[in-house]
Amino acid sequence: MTAPIETTGSAAGAQPEAVLAGAKRSQIEGRSLYQIAWLRFRRDRVAVAGGIVVILLVLLAALAKPIESVFGLDPNAFHQDLVDPSLLAPKGSWGGMSWEHPLGVDPQYGRDILARIIEGSWVSLLVATGATVLSVVLGTVLGVVAGFYGGWVDSVISRMMDTFLAFPLLLFAISISASLQDGAFGFSGLPLRIGVLIFVIGFFNWPYMGRIVRAQTLSLREREFVEAARSLGARGPFILFRELLPNLVAPILVYSTLLIPTNILFEAALSFLGVGIAPPQASWGGMLTSATGLYQADPQYMIVPGLAIFVTVLAFNLLGDGLRDALDPRSK
Amino acid sequence: MTNPGPPEALLTVEGLVKHFPITKGVLRRQVGAVQAVDGLTFDVRTGETLGVVGESGCGKSTMGRLITRLLEPTAGRIEFEGRDITHLGVSGMRPMRRDVQMIFQDPYSSLNPRHTVGTIVGAPFRLQGIAPEGGVKKEVQGLLELVGLSPEHYNRYPHEFSGGQRQRIGIARALALKPKLVVADEPVSALDVSIQAQVVNLLDDLQDELGLTYVIIAHDLSVIRHVSDRIAVMYLGKLVELTDRTSLYTAPAHPYTKALLSAVPVPDPRRRTQRKRILLNGDVPSPISPPSGCRFRTRCWKSAEVCSEQEPPLLELRTGHQVACHFPE
Ligand SMILES: Nc1ncnc2c1ncn2[C@@H]1O[C@H](COP(=O)(O)OP(=O)(O)O)[C@@H](O)[C@H]1O
Ligand code: SF4
Ligand SMILES: [Mg+2]
Repeated sequence: MTAPIETTGSAAGAQPEAVLAGAKRSQIEGRSLYQIAWLRFRRDRVAVAGGIVVILLVLLAALAKPIESVFGLDPNAFHQDLVDPSLLAPKGSWGGMSWEHPLGVDPQYGRDILARIIEGSWVSLLVATGATVLSVVLGTVLGVVAGFYGGWVDSVISRMMDTFLAFPLLLFAISISASLQDGAFGFSGLPLRIGVLIFVIGFFNWPYMGRIVRAQTLSLREREFVEAARSLGARGPFILFRELLPNLVAPILVYSTLLIPTNILFEAALSFLGVGIAPPQASWGGMLTSATGLYQADPQYMIVPGLAIFVTVLAFNLLGDGLRDALDPRSK
Repeated sequence: MTNPGPPEALLTVEGLVKHFPITKGVLRRQVGAVQAVDGLTFDVRTGETLGVVGESGCGKSTMGRLITRLLEPTAGRIEFEGRDITHLGVSGMRPMRRDVQMIFQDPYSSLNPRHTVGTIVGAPFRLQGIAPEGGVKKEVQGLLELVGLSPEHYNRYPHEFSGGQRQRIGIARALALKPKLVVADEPVSALDVSIQAQVVNLLDDLQDELGLTYVIIAHDLSVIRHVSDRIAVMYLGKLVELTDRTSLYTAPAHPYTKALLSAVPVPDPRRRTQRKRILLNGDVPSPISPPSGCRFRTRCWKSAEVCSEQEPPLLELRTGHQVACHFPE
């Protein structure tokens, strides 16, 4: 990305002093780094497109239930008359596409694929967002503490992060899911499944966030503005919350946006392996699982959820990359 | 003016030592120490400017951070206005912070990029719980004017300013609480040469206006030669010469000072031939294992046997002229 806005600083640097006195009087309000980043972001078409898709997806997920009821979509209604049981494929061409079922129906029970995609979107985004929030909170708190306090605190937290990263996450997820009976912690069924997924993915992903935040904190801590605050009598909490955290928001935001697609893939993978969201609840990963045995007779059943995952992950990644370029043009 | 008598000391430093431990392994076993500052004794007199000069890495910044108590001394004693502040904690130092302020070296890292100029220069009032008459904003705008910026810069962010302007913002912040002592750590070395003089002159003007006492750190003599009343020369964590500006320039007694002086460009071309440039050979030795005896002996052309055996103490050669050398000029 080019960053012509940066010229404010360097142009003023080239001409000594006094430049600001008369020339730029008209513009009294300063532009914060966020405002500049926003201007930069707006000019990045790809990132803006990614952002728009992300917004649409979030709206779709948040409004999934109302949309289903308004359009009379039922993700779990069987339409056995639409499938050919001998072929295990929908009747008609293109996976049974019709006006009532624009994306076709599933080859086993004739359920509407569009409804199941919409239903899967909120599961997918809820798990991915929840897990991201969990790892961002854990990673930020522990990363800041490790980087800021250093010494043995840092040693302990850093070792802990290494341990977590060495942990076989997938095996752990499978065993937790397998050992959980239908009710635990006062939850059961879908809420329990979602809770477990958020916990497993978020709890074991935080060290990535933690490492990034720790490294950023370590470098910020050495900046002279921290010493300046201390030379004015500032205590630890002031330095942490007023001086360091405002500088950590941007990297945390960027990394969170990039973590969401990873977690979407993770959720899909776990559901695909049968340890995530359990049927009959629709989920993108679960749809892929049931499509695996049937893709020769009905490839569309596999392509649609695959595309949903692909588009979602791509949109979040484009948005995240754009945010990173906008917030820190030197990062590339 | 009548006879001034002995000038009053604002800050007294005695035998100041700072060793940074070098640790190894998970158990953080200490395997050595960076002897960044190793026994400094000097005072800073009310109203004066003490210049501290020495090559990079010789412990100047560490000294500055010790006397502003951003670092905890390993040994020695620091007194401010007769009060022992050597081991005061964060809370104990808090009220003192109003009187002792610091100007930092790097104008790009000394201002928080996420804060406006108003927040940055207003921070001293907030942190010290002081409500100036007419409000913080008015006071900050007054300070901005004082350092040659426009009050309208209040809502701007640091990245919108040049290096010299940023350093002015840092100066405004340091002066906000009307401190008595200001320690400026290489305040202009990160700036364009064309701007350096402006900032040094600003510091000089403000000193008269506000009755400040300065400790100005620099890595060569060119910057501080005009503004310092006395100059302390440091080498590898030690003071090698401390005297008033005139005698330092006219009668430098330590070989290291002579070498430093010879590196300063002489403005008058007729005098240029008189002073031969002394090129020091070799690098500054490591402060982890400094040379025995005189620390300068590895690069000194006058070095003799005694120099490696005995450390030369800082002694008064003439009135007010202290030198640490076995063979002073
Ligand atoms: N926090 C620290 N930890 C370890 N060593 C340090 C630290 N600060 C400074 N030093 C070392 O102390 C020596 C003096 O550094 P400094 O005071 O910054 O020198 P100067 O300001 O004269 O360039 C250098 O060798 C430096 O590496
Ligand atoms: S004591 Fe010896 S080595 Fe050190 S400066 Fe003097 S003459 Fe040189
Ligand atoms: Mg320094």
